Amino acid sequence: MVHAAYLMLLFPLAGFLFLVAFGRRLGDPVAGWVGTIAVTAAFVVACMVLAGLIGLPADHRVVVHNYFTWFSSGGLSVPVGTLVDPLSMTMCMFVTGVSALIHLYSIGYMKSDRDYSKFFIYLNLFVFSMLLLVLANNLLLTFVGWEGVGVCSYWLVAFWFQRESAASAGKKAFIYNRIGDAGFLLAIFLIFEKTGTIQYESGPGGGIFGQLSHLGGGTATAAVLLLFLAATGKSAQIPLFNWLPDAMEGPTPVSALIHAATMVTAGVYLLCRMNPLLHLSTPGTVVIATIGAVTAFVAATIACAQQDIKKVLAFSTISQIGYMVLAVGSGAYIAAIFLMVCHAFFKGVLFLGAGSVIHGLEDEQDLKRMGALRRYMKWTTVTFTIGYLAIAGIPPLSGFWAKGDVLDNTFAHYKPLWVIGLVTAVLTAYYMSRLEILAFGGEPRFDQPGPHGEPPLHAPHESPWVMRLPLVVLAFFAFFGGVLDLPWVHTHNLESFLAPVFNGTLYNDNLAGGAEWALALTDIAAALAGVIVAAWLWRGAEVDKPALEPAFLQRVWYWDDFYDTIIGRPGQRLATFCAWVVDARVIDGAVNGTAHLVKVTGTAARKLQTGYARNYALGIALGMALIIAFMLSRTWWG
Amino acid sequence: MLHAALLLASTRPTWPDILVFAAAAAVILVGAVGVVTSRNPVHAALSLVMTLFGVAVLFIEQQADFLAAVQIIVYAGAIVVLFLFVIMFLGVDRAEDINVEPLIGQRPLAFVFSVITLGGVLAMAATAHWVTGAQQVVGPIQGHVAGPNSPAGEPAQLGKQLFTTYLFAFEATAALLVIAVVGAVVLARRPPTVQADQEDTTESELSA
Amino acid sequence: MSLSGAWYLGLAAIVFTIGAIGLLVRRNVLIMFMCIELMLNAANLTFVTFARMLHDIGGQAVVFFVLVVAAAEVVVGLGIVVTNFRRRSTTVADDLDSLKG
Repeated sequence: MVHAAYLMLLFPLAGFLFLVAFGRRLGDPVAGWVGTIAVTAAFVVACMVLAGLIGLPADHRVVVHNYFTWFSSGGLSVPVGTLVDPLSMTMCMFVTGVSALIHLYSIGYMKSDRDYSKFFIYLNLFVFSMLLLVLANNLLLTFVGWEGVGVCSYWLVAFWFQRESAASAGKKAFIYNRIGDAGFLLAIFLIFEKTGTIQYESGPGGGIFGQLSHLGGGTATAAVLLLFLAATGKSAQIPLFNWLPDAMEGPTPVSALIHAATMVTAGVYLLCRMNPLLHLSTPGTVVIATIGAVTAFVAATIACAQQDIKKVLAFSTISQIGYMVLAVGSGAYIAAIFLMVCHAFFKGVLFLGAGSVIHGLEDEQDLKRMGALRRYMKWTTVTFTIGYLAIAGIPPLSGFWAKGDVLDNTFAHYKPLWVIGLVTAVLTAYYMSRLEILAFGGEPRFDQPGPHGEPPLHAPHESPWVMRLPLVVLAFFAFFGGVLDLPWVHTHNLESFLAPVFNGTLYNDNLAGGAEWALALTDIAAALAGVIVAAWLWRGAEVDKPALEPAFLQRVWYWDDFYDTIIGRPGQRLATFCAWVVDARVIDGAVNGTAHLVKVTGTAARKLQTGYARNYALGIALGMALIIAFMLSRTWWG
Repeated sequence: MLHAALLLASTRPTWPDILVFAAAAAVILVGAVGVVTSRNPVHAALSLVMTLFGVAVLFIEQQADFLAAVQIIVYAGAIVVLFLFVIMFLGVDRAEDINVEPLIGQRPLAFVFSVITLGGVLAMAATAHWVTGAQQVVGPIQGHVAGPNSPAGEPAQLGKQLFTTYLFAFEATAALLVIAVVGAVVLARRPPTVQADQEDTTESELSA
Repeated sequence: MSLSGAWYLGLAAIVFTIGAIGLLVRRNVLIMFMCIELMLNAANLTFVTFARMLHDIGGQAVVFFVLVVAAAEVVVGLGIVVTNFRRRSTTVADDLDSLKG
């Protein structure tokens, strides 16, 4: 069964094509069910392939298939094929699983939207691209999937494009991704030039990983930093992160799927896949770890001051991915993957719960207008709270184990970054508690007029079963996800499964047992500290506290304004200059000037045609004289 | 006879030659200037006849008897007559004012270019010692004086070449003449309507 | 023997120049035609001179053809002059300027 990985790609692709052809006719809700079934089929295949992979002995779990050659030019031959190994199968499992649940959720969420079938077309294409990214056996095919998810993200963020802000957000997401893609391409070129191949494990010379000796230290660092640039674009880290909050303009299932569970993890996946390369470059990994930690901290501070429920979760995503990147930079790849999987669960349930709240409150997203939703939406409250506890790091939920793993490994490698990570953990607990209290706790505020004069809202209703079922499933996994990799279990867990991909030696948690306990207690203390502070600060009915939400944090540390000033405005001025000076005056001037010159020349030359035969005869006489003079000069002077 | 005598004489020019040349040259030049400066077209035509006669004399001087005769008959006798005919026919035999020149710079430039050409041609010819080219490519000018049936004399030689070497050109020029005649007839024809009026006028005149 | 060919050639050149000047300076079409005839005659004289100097009958044959063509040209040219005169009643070359650019 491990050889049927291609079916995972074919099912969503078939769904996409089928919906393109017949989606509009099928309409709401049949198109949604078609899309969901396609992705569920992919999930089933993923389970079967995983079972087949586990059936193989531990050091043989790398299955490469080449289906056909995309193109072959000079020394470069690019196959289209799959690489099935523990890393790609782990990714496939949670990608297909979470995607299937979110497809199901969307059937209810997108009901009565006029572009219902288009939504599922894009979602299916997205799943196909993400799986292509994960399963590809060479860099270029990965890049195809990378671009595919980027463009689907653009389409889905700008789904309600009639709204100016949504259309702009889509463009912003795509452009920031594009900058990262330039880094990806340059890295591919560099690697190909040095190793002569772009396949990971297969191909001439044993693929890239068989020929890493060709890469010197400088080249390796350059390649690593370029790949990391691509990762910052896709996974929203500093310096390319400010597209993610804007991307919340898209429908909430999109935010859940793309900007929490899958696409934003693609950057981390790429770094994990290229781990032998990262191993060659210490400066590169230091940079990665530092940026990860700093991003986690910065995003967490911003999340403390956001008023839109989805924006809080967006910055929370940036922060959590910062943790994953920190883990990758510290060499703790398996911890990063573990956190990625658990994050998919708890961030998924958080986003879907937020969607449920928004759906119930008729598209209201302002936290200051919510309150006491626990009384009206029981299922949503319970599942959301489970997600909240997980992300805050309260044991025994999954977040505690995963974040603990990351912090343990950071402590083992870079103590200063561990401090940043710990502070961020406190902040995480704080802002999530603030979110929980403002939305679900306290007294209702939605039945009063809004701060800008909006009318009061009706009491919210609970969501239909298609939306509740994914919430329950994800909450279950968010609660029990930690069993994948408990610290005292050393066999038959995620670590042992993934270890061969990372050569085992890259995950070293060589802390003594006592140190582990101390760190664990520190983590719990940090989480509780955050919760208590939030509970104390945000008690009471008064929710307008400008002191706790300074403009600096609300405006994302003025990052957008900074980019606008140094890049946006000069770019606009350059464009205006090009349009009005270069284009209108220089180029048009040259073209029009040429025409004008021709006209002037013609007007002048026209005077030769007097119409008098005698003038023309004079011209002949002139020619005669010239010829005679020329011949004479030849005769005399050679 | 004169030619035979000349042939047997020395190669140095004799006085009769010089005199004949000088006289003919004077006639030619006077005639040429006359053509160019006459106010009346009829005077110009007559000056042209003078020039043509002078050229014919020089042809004879250079052993081109046949051509001299053809020159007189065709040029002076046909072409100039045609000129005069057209002048009279159109009724433009009045004087024309030649002092006014409406085109700017036409006269000075005409003089300049023509003089340059003249000077250049003479200079080149002098540099080349007045003749270049292969001797006797086509055939001799005069054959030997022999029996009654052998070709001799310039007309005979000319005729021989015309009908052998230059036969194609000969036939082509014959065709050209036919075309010219046809063209002249077509060009000079009166339009039909005017002819009908003329006939009516003639009839009414006769009946009156 | 007759005079050396140089004299004849010089004379022919002078006649040619006179004819050229006349062509450029005179405005009456008929006189312009006569100037053309002058130039043709000068050419004929040159050919005959060369025929004598090179002892070649070919030069005289060319004169023959020049004569014929000149005749044909005069015929057609005068026909055109007549036609033009019928339309515009003028023999002044400067009045025919409808092809002015």
